Order: sequence, then C-alpha cells, then structure tokens
Amino acid sequence: MSIISVKNLKKSFGSNEVLKNINAEIKEREVVCVIGPSGSGKSTFLRCLNRLEEITGGHVMIDGKDITDPKININEVRQEVGMVFQQFNLFPHKTVLENITLAPIKVRSASKEEAREKAHELLKKVGLSEKAESYPGELSGGQKQRVAIARALAMNPKIMLFDEPTSALDPEMVGDVLEVMKQLAKEGMTMVVVTHEMGFAREVGDRVIFMDGGYIVEENEPNALFGNPQNERTKLFLSKVL
Amino acid sequence: MDVISAALPYLLEGLKVTLYIFVIAIILGFLIGLVVALLRLAPIKPLNWIAIAFIDAIRGTPFLVQLFFIYFGLNSLPFISLNSTTAGIVTVAINAGAYFAEIIRAGIQSIDKGQTEAARSLGLTGFQNMYYIVLPQAFRRMLPTITNQSIISLKDTSLLSVIGIADLTQQGEIQASATFEAFKIWLIVGIIYFIIIYLLTLLANVLERRFVLR
Ligand SMILES: Nc1ncnc2c1ncn2[C@@H]1O[C@H](COP(=O)(O)OP(=O)(O)OP(=O)(O)O)[C@@H](O)[C@H]1O
Ligand SMILES: [Mg+2]
Repeated sequence: MSIISVKNLKKSFGSNEVLKNINAEIKEREVVCVIGPSGSGKSTFLRCLNRLEEITGGHVMIDGKDITDPKININEVRQEVGMVFQQFNLFPHKTVLENITLAPIKVRSASKEEAREKAHELLKKVGLSEKAESYPGELSGGQKQRVAIARALAMNPKIMLFDEPTSALDPEMVGDVLEVMKQLAKEGMTMVVVTHEMGFAREVGDRVIFMDGGYIVEENEPNALFGNPQNERTKLFLSKVL
Repeated sequence: MDVISAALPYLLEGLKVTLYIFVIAIILGFLIGLVVALLRLAPIKPLNWIAIAFIDAIRGTPFLVQLFFIYFGLNSLPFISLNSTTAGIVTVAINAGAYFAEIIRAGIQSIDKGQTEAARSLGLTGFQNMYYIVLPQAFRRMLPTITNQSIISLKDTSLLSVIGIADLTQQGEIQASATFEAFKIWLIVGIIYFIIIYLLTLLANVLERRFVLR
C-alpha cells in the first residue's frame, strides 16, 4: 500500500507544460531520490505532492487522501507532509525555538510546554541544542537547514519532502545536513529527496527516479540505475554528473 | 513675551484637539489601509477592483475636496448628520487609509514567497500565515514609510480648521487676529507642529530599533 500515489499528474504554467504525465508509487518508509537536469520538473513534481503548486491534471493521493479533490482540507494533509527547501525559508523574526514551536502550537494546538520540550529534543537530534534562542540570521547555512528540518519534524509528519536541501550550502556544511537526513531515513521516515548529491542517493536511497523534460524517464534501485542505466538520456545525464 | 504667554493656553487647547483627531484618525486609517491592502491582494478580482477604485479615488483628489465632500456633501443627504469633528476624523482616516493601503500592499509583496511556502507547508492557514509570518515582517520594513505618511496626515489636520474645528491652526488664526501679532503667533504655531512631528519621528526611531530586522 503506497503512502504516496501519483496518477497521470500534469502541471502547466500557462501554456508551458512542465509535468507531462507522471506516475509514481511511494511506499511507507521508502526513501526516493529524484534526479535530473535543471528545468526537468523535479521541484514542480515535489511541490505538487503537498499542493504548493496547483495541480493541472491527474491525481495525487497522500496517505489515502486525494489532494486534487477541491473539497479536501489541504492544511490537514500538509500537517502530515514536512517540506525542506533549498533556501531554508526560516522565519527571520522568530528565534530558532519559535520557528520550531509555531506550527505545533498554532496548527496542532500543542501546549507551549509540550512544543518546547519536543523542540529541544529535535534540536538535540540535529546537533543544535545551544542555538535555541538564536535568530536565523545568526546561524550558518548548514545550521539553518538543520533547524528547518527540525521545524518540519516538529509536526510529526509521515512524509518528508526535500528540495535540494544542500545545494545552497558551502561544501563543508553539506555533510552535517546529509548526516541528519541519513539518520532520519534510518528511523524509517518516508522521504522524497530532490538532490544533486549522487553519493547520498546511492547510499541512502531505496530508489532513484530520473526525470527529464517533464517525464519520469527511468527509475530503479540506486545501484542498478547508476551502474546500469537503460535509457540513453539517463546515460547522458549520469555521464555528466558522475 | 506677554502675547505669547497669553496666547499659549489657547494654542495648547488647539493642540489637544489636533492630537485627539490625529490619534483616532491614524489608528482608523491604519485599519482601513490594512483591510484595503488585503482586498487589493485577495485572489478575487472584484475585491481587487473595489480596493483599486478606492485607492485611486483618494489619491486622485485633493484633501480639501474630500473634506468638503464628506462634511458638506454627505451632510446634505437625508439621514446623515456628521458634526465637524467626526467629519474631520473620517476624512483624515480615509485619506491616510488609501496611502497606508499602498504602503502595506508593497510591504506584504516585499516579503519573500518562500516565507509563505514554508508556513503553508507546515499546515498554517492563509490567515495564520499573514498574521504570524508575513505581516510582522512587513511592518518592520514599512515603519519608515508609515511614519512618513503619519506626519503628512498630521499636517493635513491643519486643513480641518476650514470647517470650523478648533485645532491648533484654528486657534492660531483666532489668536493672530485677536492680538495683531501674526508673526509671533504663527511662529509659535509652527514650532509646536515641529516639536510634535519631531517627537513622532523619535518614537518611530525607537520602534525601529526595537524591531530591528534580524
Ligand atoms: N512558478 C513558475 N512559473 C512559471 N514557470 C515555472 C514556475 N516554476 C517552474 N517553472 C518552469 O517549470 C520548469 C521546471 O521547473 P522546476 O523548478 O520544476 O525544475 P527543476 O527540475 O527543479 O530544476 P532545477 O534543478 O534547476 O531546480 C522550468 O522550465 C521552469 O522554468
Ligand atoms: Mg528545482
């Protein structure tokens, strides 16, 4: 039984069809990495999974709920789907702790104490216990991204979406963030990760999806996809990035 | 010196009226501006049109005409009777509201879309996103422009003397003609306005420093 089920997903921006006919099934606890050239629609695909982009056609089922149904309460679905952005998007006017506790308090109606306790737990997990009272502007990129992960995890999501979480980081910061993600994968989180980190995809991914021109061109478990790609376009892409 | 000490109590009475009208009007104006800005940005076309029409109408006409329209125009209609103070407050509030609306709209639009995306991805509603994430950041950025418009509105209140409101300017006129000391009286009136505006600027600076953007 898939926790994410995408059927004939189409997405256009005006007359520009960016996702042409996407079908995908992602099981609980699975870690799926999405790779592909720039502009191939990876981010758009990811953002359709929590309806951050309006969906043009087809269906996206998240934990049994069809989020293309206009009657669905999308805010409820989003509580179960954490998202981590390339640019972190921390709230600059709030402390690290407030960034993490805001949604649990306002959306899940958690008590302040509960939310703070959980936040401290998560900060410990991402290795930033001492930064609780800092503001985002006082953190490095790698620290910001780990806070962003903690913020998403504070909602106890069933699924985590990552859009190139390490692409905006200085090289020496990348490892810390990937480490946190690896840990998360180990704990059984369902993850969809758009990434240029082929090493991560190979090591942590259960499956790799290669996208090009708005289609899923090829998908396979990492060793097979990286070691023995079938499609010419996959081969071409991998020859450039590996 | 005698002239001044004799006139000063009257001028300060006028100052009280000016400040009373200003404070109420600016608060109302801000609320009007907020509502109009949200209408302007709402994803519903007719609401946008209403907001645009309001903003354009106010920005495209002189303050005095707006004042006369509300005080004389509206009052000439049956079932409407506004006293001069109410008409004055309403005019300043509506006028400031139109300008505030544009300031607030620009402030909201200056906030990175990623903020809204992060908030919505956490399950916050559109309203919660505005209230907790977008507006607090936007207000910090808007503070200098808001101060500026508030100062303009404070100066606009001096025009209310023409409908007989006993504000600082009106008291100045009375004292100037009663004492035949126009030079001194208007100098003092000017200084009082200047001090009030200077204090307003100081207050804004304090607020700005307290809410320094991180
Ligand atoms: N909001 C938008 N409005 C119009 N076109 C868009 C929008 N977002 C994306 N596109 C277009 O959709 C296509 C796919 O974009 P997308 O961001 O999904 O690519 P990507 O695979 O994530 O690329 P990258 O690796 O550079 O992040 C691009 O051609 C892009 O220009
Ligand atoms: Mg992208």
